[in-house]
Amino acid sequence: MNPIYLDNNATTRVAPEVLEEMLPYLGEFYGNPSSMHTFGGQVGRKVRRAREQVAGIINATPEEIIFTSCGTESDNTAIRSALATNPGKRHIVTTRVEHPAVLSLGARLVQEGYRVTEIPVDAEGRLNLAQYAKSLTPDTAIVSVMWANNETGVIFPVEEMAAQARNRGILFHTDAVQAVGKIPLDMKNSSIDMLSLSGHKLHAPKGVGALYVRKGTRFSPFLIGGHQEKGRRGGTENVPSIIALGVACGLAAQKMDVENTVVKALRDKLENSLLEKVPRCRVNGDRSSRLPNTSNISFEFVEGEAILLRLDEYAICASSGSACTSGSLQPSHVLRAMGVPFTMAHGSIRFSLSIYNTEQEIDFVIDTLPGIIENLRALSPYWEVGDAICVRVEG
Amino acid sequence: MWEYTDKVKEHFLNPRNVGEVENPDGAATVGSLACGDALKLTFKLDENGRITDARFKTFGCASAIASASALTEMIKGMTVEEAAKITNQDIANFLGGLPEEKMHCSVMGREALEAAIAHYRGEPAPTEEGKIVCECFGVTEEEIARVVRENNLRTIEEVTNYTKAGGGCGGCHEAIQEIIDRVRGEAKEIIRPKLSNIQKIKMIEETIDREIRPTLQMDGGDLELIDVVGNRVLVATRGACASCAASHLTMKQVVEAKLRELVWPELEVEEVSQ
Repeated sequence: MNPIYLDNNATTRVAPEVLEEMLPYLGEFYGNPSSMHTFGGQVGRKVRRAREQVAGIINATPEEIIFTSCGTESDNTAIRSALATNPGKRHIVTTRVEHPAVLSLGARLVQEGYRVTEIPVDAEGRLNLAQYAKSLTPDTAIVSVMWANNETGVIFPVEEMAAQARNRGILFHTDAVQAVGKIPLDMKNSSIDMLSLSGHKLHAPKGVGALYVRKGTRFSPFLIGGHQEKGRRGGTENVPSIIALGVACGLAAQKMDVENTVVKALRDKLENSLLEKVPRCRVNGDRSSRLPNTSNISFEFVEGEAILLRLDEYAICASSGSACTSGSLQPSHVLRAMGVPFTMAHGSIRFSLSIYNTEQEIDFVIDTLPGIIENLRALSPYWEVGDAICVRVEG
Repeated sequence: MWEYTDKVKEHFLNPRNVGEVENPDGAATVGSLACGDALKLTFKLDENGRITDARFKTFGCASAIASASALTEMIKGMTVEEAAKITNQDIANFLGGLPEEKMHCSVMGREALEAAIAHYRGEPAPTEEGKIVCECFGVTEEEIARVVRENNLRTIEEVTNYTKAGGGCGGCHEAIQEIIDRVRGEAKEIIRPKLSNIQKIKMIEETIDREIRPTLQMDGGDLELIDVVGNRVLVATRGACASCAASHLTMKQVVEAKLRELVWPELEVEEVSQ
């Protein structure tokens, strides 16, 4: 059975056009792009083309793009570079709802003697901007704030925040892994200094990413090695994946419209129908400022892993912020930061769509999920007393 | 994705005995919404004191639902005294095993059973007593000590897998380590004076069969217990081990270490040719 894949914030399928373009570079065109001979040189040209395509989707220049192995490498590179080029500054500002690529690095930096401020969010998952403004100090080396949250899809006002940082002479990095290809990004008219993106979130393969570094930004490489990427990232280029990333960015730029009309309409249909058909559920995250493909819904009094595995019986793929799926015994750090009540947090399901989803698939989920929730609630000792608990939670 | 056995999946997808027994003889709810799983167990006895009906309601993940379903199947037909002997390991075994990180689901089953039996007997629920060690998940010192003892746990991580204790803020890790050390210290003291010669030989035999021979046999070797004289364990090597130059080292480092750890700390392994 073909899966109904609604887990595109975890990873996406490689677009057929992308696969077709990259395959020859796993086969007959195996030259090294740095070589002097024509056989390698033709590969070098393709890498240059890919760099232009990646720059294109964020309206940057090709020289500002450094290819990396993934979003995590891009994030680590950006933050470590900012600290290395500002050796006198010992403070980092980020948020409570970042991806582990940034949060875990922050925890490590604390061990190394840096101070890290994590900006909190409100119940809708919106950043506290007043607190952000107060957190910037002369000692702050870098701010790192994700463009859009991977769990809720909430979009943060990074441009506004970057402008504030720039006024204070502080570098600004954004993890835009979930935003690239879904909403328009324009680095020519921006105060952002560095931006991370990842291939496998936009229909390129896993194992390739990029870091945008604004021209003129002082930079310190993360991987020391050869002259690749103008000495900014050593290591022979992952040529087939870089070519794939280029094609995927080109495609994403073309399909951004579809993402914001067709995909958004499907997401809204799924979300609204479930809210209507299933009692006691709610959307997590600010619905007025969200990625067009993401919906995070909590079903009260049921546990997320159980929902996912029942969905799995119908080959429906989604993910959950419940404790049982996080591997940490506590619900997702994002939902906890938002103060989502436990009755809701354990039963959260994230649907993340792509341009490959069809209305038929969405209709099937709308028909299937309410029965699953009802069935699991019939098992739940809390369901009968649900009303009383809810009054307390909402009051 | 968790690696669940077919039996876990089957009990999760088709749970048995869902609901509540009317006018139950024993009833209890353990766990909480905040912790992410909870189980309500009710049972009814016949005139001979056998459990005729047992039902459950569970809020939790697939393995929590499967563990509760398994538990109700296991206790039906048992007397209360028989049911009281069920351990969390029995529940896990019934399901063909649970992932380590999910063992707490089997512990929750055993806790609910015990609490329901206590309710039937008019006693206080056992888990409600004692000092809370893990504030995040409300786990008591007694509960941790018991799970360490019954499941032979050694590390904080294992305790977390079995009870959730220590899986939140981590502030209680030191206290958990102290409990592990204390229980494991106790365990040795209790076993030693009670071990008769026959028990000792039996335990050595069992330990060799369970812990040592399977590994040796994988390499085409084998080991035979010849005799036990006081603390001297006389063994003979067989198969590939008999001609292996490193086998003497294996005897000392592996076999002796295992026997000292699991049977008696003063044992000495000697190789004899027979």
